[in-house]
Amino acid sequence: MKLITTVVRPERLPEVKAALFRAGVTGITLTRVSGHGGEHELLEQYRGATLVMEFHEKVKIEMACSEPFVEPTIAAILSSARTGEVGDGKIFVQPLETVVRIRTGERDNNALTAVNAAEVQRAAVAQLTGGK
Amino acid sequence: MRPLLALQEVPLSAGDTSWVLTSSALVMLMTVGLAFFYGGLVRPKSALNTIMMSVIALGLIGVQWVVFGYSISFSPGGPWLGGWSWVGFHGVGITADPTYSATIPLQAHAAFQGMFAIITPALISGAIVERMRFRGYVLFLLLWAALVYDPLAHWVWGIAGTGGWLFKRGALDFAGGTVVHLSAGVSAFVAAKMLGPRKDFQRAPLAPHNVPFVVLGAGLLWFGWFGFNAGSALAANGVAALAFVNTNTAAAAAVVTWGLLDLMRSGKVTAVGAATGAVVGLVGITPAAGFVSPMAAIAIGLICACISYGAIQIRSRSKLDDSLDVFSCHGLGGAAGALLTGVFASKLANPAGADGLLAGNPGQMVTQLVAVGAAIALSVVGTVVIMTIVKLTVGVRSNVREEITGLDLSEHGEEAYPGGVGIGEGVIFSATPAGSQSSR
Repeated sequence: MKLITTVVRPERLPEVKAALFRAGVTGITLTRVSGHGGEHELLEQYRGATLVMEFHEKVKIEMACSEPFVEPTIAAILSSARTGEVGDGKIFVQPLETVVRIRTGERDNNALTAVNAAEVQRAAVAQLTGGK
Repeated sequence: MRPLLALQEVPLSAGDTSWVLTSSALVMLMTVGLAFFYGGLVRPKSALNTIMMSVIALGLIGVQWVVFGYSISFSPGGPWLGGWSWVGFHGVGITADPTYSATIPLQAHAAFQGMFAIITPALISGAIVERMRFRGYVLFLLLWAALVYDPLAHWVWGIAGTGGWLFKRGALDFAGGTVVHLSAGVSAFVAAKMLGPRKDFQRAPLAPHNVPFVVLGAGLLWFGWFGFNAGSALAANGVAALAFVNTNTAAAAAVVTWGLLDLMRSGKVTAVGAATGAVVGLVGITPAAGFVSPMAAIAIGLICACISYGAIQIRSRSKLDDSLDVFSCHGLGGAAGALLTGVFASKLANPAGADGLLAGNPGQMVTQLVAVGAAIALSVVGTVVIMTIVKLTVGVRSNVREEITGLDLSEHGEEAYPGGVGIGEGVIFSATPAGSQSSR
């Protein structure tokens, strides 16, 4: 099992979410974060003051995956979050020792698949093919 | 006796009375607008404290005005101060006093002037936000109203008795350029200087926490300013219409000017700038509103915007933490407006007014300079004395820890934006001793 943490552009979030659902990753946690990468700093003007905004708004997504899902997840994020400009974000993969589902007490791989995972994935794929 | 006679000679005018009462309500709304204007410009941890500094003036000065403020400002007295005959609004009746206006009840005049007395000290609060003790501010407010505002209002606007000395010299101040804005702006400068800068001043970014509040507040100020200026005609007449048109025109000219200056400086027109520009234009036209033509109002809005804009740029690089630029906007805007009144005043615009420099009366400029100088002198001396008294009694300055936590919590025990909403932070305070709840 791996804990995959990715930091992406907020404006790419809808695409990243759809790609993850299509890849079968349906259990995700979002956090709004501020980050500093290699991007240009933003300037804001308030009356006499000029402020340099060194941190940029980003979204952090965390998901726990069983081994077969790790590479498809990385591929899904890469294909959906990339714009080619500086500031597209990062993916961090860490080993995960234990996962427990609070509702049932199930552990590890049994605890990882969301109850409605298949349904969510089917809807995501249908949206994609239906759109074409 | 006199009011009764007036009633018999000239009946009250329903139109005049309703306009002055409406204007009083409009000016009352300005203080709330000011609360939002200032509140939006500070950081979230001191938003309520900043708002309260305006709101508490509605309470304190609202009472002070009835108890003795109106009397020492406007009742018959000497050249320096009014008398005590109208203490507690005694003798301030529902009939007219022809000294001020023969067509409205004296109580309408008192109510209208009371709203001015409320907003003027509240204007100063923008210079001392995020670091002044609330109790110190309350004492400052009461002393400043009695020792600076009331005498100055008497000098310029007090007609009863011998009349104020600036009034007798013929100083023009239609709605309060010197009495309200210059005095508040200069006092703000002195108060900020004596209080010292915030700990974070020029160390951490001090950006406005809610720009929509700033725009909302400026909008309420602009709206209320129609009462402030056009109501100062004390009648629903042509001069009121002139003041109304000039008020809007100067504000509009200042918004455009400020936008252009923003564009030249940073390439973008800012919302905080538009709101600030509007207020500066309104300040500038205040002393001139009923004395000049609308084209002069455009010039006044433009000139005042340039002066205040430049002053803000210099101030923000200086050591003076006049946090919300009260001196640049109200002090300099008020002084410029008062002097420009001496330039642009014309009997062609208002036959009952006076001629200024451009109409061939350079002497008016001298009178305006005397009035500006007198207002500055009283404001500086008064504020130094008052700040010293406050410092030696209840204290002026919050300590560093309170300043870091924010004055909302340290002074008022509440937060504008409680952090713990929805995630179960905090418990309900109960007077019952701990443990007794477990028996339920």
